[in-house]
Amino acid sequence: MTPATFDPATIRSEFPTLEQSVNGRPLVYLDNAATSQKPRVVLNALQAYYENDNSNVHRGIHELSRRATVAYEESRTKVADWIGAAGPSEIIWTRGTTESINLIANAWGLDNLSEGDEILLSVLEHHSNIIPWQLVAHRTGAVIKYIELDERGRWILEDLPRLLTDRTKVVAISHVSNALGTINPVKTVTKAAHEVGALVLVDGAQGAVHMNVDVQDLGVDFYAFSGHKMCGPTGIGVLWAKGDLLNSMEPYQGGGEMIHFVGRDESTWAEVPHKFEAGTPNIAGAIGMGAAIDFLSEIGTEAIASHEQKLLGYAIEQISSVDGIRIYGPQSPSEHSALVSFTLGDAHPHDISTILDSEGIAIRAGHHCAQLAMKHFGISATARASIYLYNTQSDIDLLVEGLEQVQSIFA
Amino acid sequence: METPQLSSLYQQLILEHYRNPRNKAELKNKSVEIHMANPVCGDEVRLQLRIQDDLIEEAKFIGQGCSISQAAISMMTTLLHGCSLAEAEVLAECFTKMMQGDLEAAQDKRLKDLRALQGVSKFPVRIKCALIGFDALQEALKTHAREDKS
Repeated sequence: MTPATFDPATIRSEFPTLEQSVNGRPLVYLDNAATSQKPRVVLNALQAYYENDNSNVHRGIHELSRRATVAYEESRTKVADWIGAAGPSEIIWTRGTTESINLIANAWGLDNLSEGDEILLSVLEHHSNIIPWQLVAHRTGAVIKYIELDERGRWILEDLPRLLTDRTKVVAISHVSNALGTINPVKTVTKAAHEVGALVLVDGAQGAVHMNVDVQDLGVDFYAFSGHKMCGPTGIGVLWAKGDLLNSMEPYQGGGEMIHFVGRDESTWAEVPHKFEAGTPNIAGAIGMGAAIDFLSEIGTEAIASHEQKLLGYAIEQISSVDGIRIYGPQSPSEHSALVSFTLGDAHPHDISTILDSEGIAIRAGHHCAQLAMKHFGISATARASIYLYNTQSDIDLLVEGLEQVQSIFA
Repeated sequence: METPQLSSLYQQLILEHYRNPRNKAELKNKSVEIHMANPVCGDEVRLQLRIQDDLIEEAKFIGQGCSISQAAISMMTTLLHGCSLAEAEVLAECFTKMMQGDLEAAQDKRLKDLRALQGVSKFPVRIKCALIGFDALQEALKTHAREDKS
């Protein structure tokens, strides 16, 4: 499919979940930043694996195990190509972005942080890029600092020279904010962080979904993302790290598959990536994520991004037209990834969500696991509509009709 | 499942309590305070009671959250003034039953304005919102009983 033939209606028909009514209305799914729906090819890949090839990887000397191992490793290669990694050995399978960040905070952080060292985060971070660092800070005596936000939720970059010091060891930041949709200037911060010798971890949970991610071009050291937000199954995610960093780190968890030789008191570790994959991994999940990457690649990431940007522009314009709407975060679609975070008069976001749900419209309401960002704006929650490749203008029109109903109930 | 009607949820009385909450203030000389929050959605309440000889003399709260949670707390506090601890316990049980869909409980006149919240029972994901105030009340009664004994 080329951009010229990009047709959300055709794409939509590949997603069985979307073909249903909710509360008597056709489902309008606008909670994609929480998780995306899954196309048939991904569901089929999961079923085909369990029906035909189900067995453990890297263990059995038999046909099924060989097939499972090949499919599992092929998916790793697809992920490596998807983000421009130097090779598949730089791709660690995890349960998701959260586990990827916890892996680094533990396996790298515990050995490389000491009393008084500094960890730089941003106020915009998802809790999964704050709490792992708090845990490791408490254990090592490291100190957490934050990049503050301006009134539009953008990082205040002028503070960087003050925030980055020779004690800064790691900067952990999100590529795209899940709470506001801000596309963050990761490259600028990375350059400044490297000048003081700090490593940079990027939470790419929302980034890898909506843009062509090239980790070489970004120049970062760690990139974490999840399968389930990009058409893949839940429970599978990725940590990418530069090969030499992975080689220098101690394992995260111990168990099967991650060892080389095991002795009574001492053992040696398998080569990366297996060193970081203790236990039977989520084989079906990895295979499903590979199928998702094939699906997205065939449509084309640029075609998807251009559709989403157009729809986002339309959404911002239409949502703004409802009386009492306040949109949080940047207003121009160019600074914005595929979501709109808003409040409507004094209607609490949960009430907004319940009223929309009664019209079959799914959005997210709450603090979006970004309580620091909410606090910055002096609010406890927002409503968030997030779009993906299968959404259409009609979805946005129905959302706006729903918001008008909220407006009339709370008028 | 039949689609529940929104009108059963967002009644004027509920919106009125949401906009003009009763007893939303810090209570002086409080005997017990319970802070309760729902980390999933951010509903939050600090319920404060002044209790004298098994009687709730005054109930106030500080809170934030959705219309359902805040209206329920507001309505609850109006019923607690001059209520015995035993009566408060009964109210909490009765309201909880109503939220679980018990029609008999929903007929109980002692619930007064709170009966406007009956419709919430048809919205399973919102029941927690309606219950946060009474959850705090039950916790407060337990805490008071413990402190009374010691």
